[in-house]
Amino acid sequence: MNAETSADWRDEIFEVFQTHDIKQVYHVPDAGHSRLIEHCQRSNAIRTVPLTTEEEGIALAAGAWLGGQRSALLMQSSGVGNTINMMGLTKTLRFPFLTLITMRGDWGEFNSWQYPMGQGTPKVLEAMGVLLYSVETASEVKRTVDAGARAAFHGGQSVAVLLRQKLIGIKDFGKKKTAK
Amino acid sequence: MSKATLQRRPLVKKILDGADDNLLVIAGLGSSNWDITEAGDRPLNMPLWGAMGAPVSMGLGLALAQPNKRVLVITGDADLLMSLGSLATVATQQPENLAIVVLDNEKFGETGNQASHTSPLNNGPTESGAGADLALIAKGCGIADVGIVRDSGEVAQLVKDARTKKGPIFRLIKVMVEKLEFVMPPQDGAHLKDRFRQALLGHP
Repeated sequence: MNAETSADWRDEIFEVFQTHDIKQVYHVPDAGHSRLIEHCQRSNAIRTVPLTTEEEGIALAAGAWLGGQRSALLMQSSGVGNTINMMGLTKTLRFPFLTLITMRGDWGEFNSWQYPMGQGTPKVLEAMGVLLYSVETASEVKRTVDAGARAAFHGGQSVAVLLRQKLIGIKDFGKKKTAK
Repeated sequence: MSKATLQRRPLVKKILDGADDNLLVIAGLGSSNWDITEAGDRPLNMPLWGAMGAPVSMGLGLALAQPNKRVLVITGDADLLMSLGSLATVATQQPENLAIVVLDNEKFGETGNQASHTSPLNNGPTESGAGADLALIAKGCGIADVGIVRDSGEVAQLVKDARTKKGPIFRLIKVMVEKLEFVMPPQDGAHLKDRFRQALLGHP
């Protein structure tokens, strides 16, 4: 994991959210997004809503847009599979949609259970007509999320920014005990 | 379990009677969509033709975005069964302007009236469910103000609660199984969204 510097990419995403006047942020708790989630929770300008499953976030985003507010959904690649039918709403209603996805099963993953959905994530999102932006270096995060937000809120698109595992770092539980 | 006597169409008509610009309505796919449309199609209705499981979450996003408007979600038992967790998500936010009304006929109505999980347990080979109590589930999820409506004497209070009572409130209405005419609103989702925003915000 990167050392916390003044220009941490998670802090930069929060800045982009503010720049684009994002008012509602939905998430299923996630290690990769945790620092950003805490920023949003502490903000008076953003309503942060925890979900029981990621598909709620698509319907919430549709409702927010009906009411005139912009939103973003934070999830992990494993959650993408939960959203697929609901993702169709973005196409049917044609409303701007932005999601930031922390990737697992992507690069150096130790947990084999993460690979099927991690590897499937770009394909299923593409199949549902979601534009994919991918970022794997910290210095590219801010402009990529900004570009994604522009494509969504100005261009009316459904956009997923994939925060690759190379960027987030390989999850490591440290010393492990394995059942004999 | 007592046999339901309430009819969904006149009930929904009463709930929506005199709807003004302060009332934003989201209806779940299938029967609830046709019900609100029979009561009178209007721009501030968002009737869903798909996206099963969406209405409660959509209502929450809308209620948070428009805290000064009343948001009313009308949907069926099977639709809600697909997204029970959304009730807990509503409870985390405690939106004072959100009312959820569930028309429970204990069936998957659009697909041939197969028993839903709210049908009684041990009710024969094709009519059995689990006796699932959606009001109890809502309460267990953290929505304190829940109620079940079973007869016509309770309808006037239901209408009042749905329209004005401090939310979040959840009302389960036991309704009859009926064969009713499909009364369809426009189908184009982008159009429904744009006309809703135009009416609410003054621009699509």
